[in-house]
Amino acid sequence: MTVDGASYTDDVEPRMLLVHYLRERLGKTGTVVGCDTSNCGACTVHLDGRSVKSCNVLAVQVDGGEVTTIEGLSQGGELHPMQAAFHECHALQCGFCTPGMIMQAIDVLNDNPKPTEEQIREGLEGNLCRCTGYHNIVRAVQAASGQTAVPAAIEESA
Amino acid sequence: MIPAQFEYVAPTTLEDALQALADAGDDAKIIAGGQSLLPVLRMRLNAPDVVIDLGRIESLRGVRDDGDAIVVGAMTRHADVLTDPLVRENAFVITKAVEVLADPQVRHRGTFGGALAHADPAGDLGAPALALDAEFVVAGPRGTRTVAAEDFFVDLFTTALEENEILTEVRIPKRAGWGAHYEKFVRVAHQWPIVAVAAAVKVDGGTIREARVGLTNMGSTPLRARAVEQALVGQPATDEAVRAAAASAAEGTDPPSDLNGDADYRRHLATVLTRRAVLAAAGA
Ligand SMILES: Cc1cc2nc3c(=O)[nH]c(=O)nc-3n(C[C@H](O)[C@H](O)[C@H](O)COP(=O)(O)OP(=O)(O)OC[C@H]3O[C@@H](n4cnc5c(N)ncnc54)[C@H](O)[C@@H]3O)c2cc1C
Ligand code: FES
Ligand code: FES
Repeated sequence: MTVDGASYTDDVEPRMLLVHYLRERLGKTGTVVGCDTSNCGACTVHLDGRSVKSCNVLAVQVDGGEVTTIEGLSQGGELHPMQAAFHECHALQCGFCTPGMIMQAIDVLNDNPKPTEEQIREGLEGNLCRCTGYHNIVRAVQAASGQTAVPAAIEESA
Repeated sequence: MIPAQFEYVAPTTLEDALQALADAGDDAKIIAGGQSLLPVLRMRLNAPDVVIDLGRIESLRGVRDDGDAIVVGAMTRHADVLTDPLVRENAFVITKAVEVLADPQVRHRGTFGGALAHADPAGDLGAPALALDAEFVVAGPRGTRTVAAEDFFVDLFTTALEENEILTEVRIPKRAGWGAHYEKFVRVAHQWPIVAVAAAVKVDGGTIREARVGLTNMGSTPLRARAVEQALVGQPATDEAVRAAAASAAEGTDPPSDLNGDADYRRHLATVLTRRAVLAAAGA
């Protein structure tokens, strides 16, 4: 499979979950596990361009597929605009939900570049945050979609 | 937790998948999107010897027009059903149900056939399929057979599928121009309904000419609210008339009692949600 632009070939046990492959084989520990029930969304990555919960996919199912994780977003040392918007809008506290939240937020904008607040909340339905109350997360997605005034700092870092 | 060990096969044709299923005997499990199966395997509630992945069989994917019906391939992902124009035009109640099924990530993986074959009484696709008289096309070692929705759902998590059979596609008679709505009652986001109601109605000049109403989680299988359907025909699409018809929504149901609510509460919900679903479907 291809992960964050690099190609990997491995033999794995069929029962290995994609999230464990990413973390334990490839050392991509940016993608985290937050639950046992596929509810929290912390493990969200993109598979062939669409968001999935990597704790609910077998690594063998992804044979030949293309995966993007939170670690593959920044280009040339610059944060992805969504990462910058989360930073700028204070869209995280403990940060545990953040990798999955950012990956899903990017998926929301891929589907609909100018979502309403309600559409953003619906798009993030599968991602739980125990800290922020979601408000600043929604603001960050609005900022990244160019619908709210983007603070200067975002423009500089993006 | 991670699943117990199993052998994994990923056939690229239906024939090879049926052969793999026959070879493996009764200790095989099919994996479609894995969104229900993987949680079960991870909790070790099931530990098959062989897992057969349908994900590489292209012929099971997609929606096609077949004259007076549309045909949804079993491996069509929820997200693709949601945006499919044929489904929207001819089976709008399915679009409405998929819209509120799970969350975007699960909809990107989970499949139409997988959700129906799983037969969770709280699953969101059974009631719409039943209400629309869907037919289930099933392939097995002795060829293909078609099962009516009425006969497909047998019990909790139990369908008419035999262990050596694969659901290949679902035929849904076209109902262009019908109004539809899926009214789902949940307590938390992206979860299975406590009760939900699928309604499809044909309204002409303000009068309901035909009506289909399916109930989710009001028994061990999806159910048709036939008394409501009959009471609606010929009625004006008004709050008063629909309210009267919806009063019999819980007739003949056997809802569960659990932490989300007892059976009486569900019976009450069924009448309220039926009224809302029918009114929304009728555009009233
Ligand atoms: C967090 C979360 C929330 C969810 N919320 C909802 C919800 O609100 N409403 C809802 O309805 N569902 C919900 N689901 C379940 C989701 O709809 C699943 O996609 C669906 O139930 C199973 O589809 P699948 O393709 O993933 O099937 P799998 O999990 O791969 O398979 C499910 C079962 O069906 C069998 N099977 C699959 N395909 C076939 C076939 N073609 N022929 C024969 N047998 C087959 C498998 O052997 C297995 O026993 C949720 C799931 C998760 C993880
Ligand atoms: S770890 Fe995957 S959804 Fe929680
Ligand atoms: S910032 Fe702590 S869980 Fe979201």
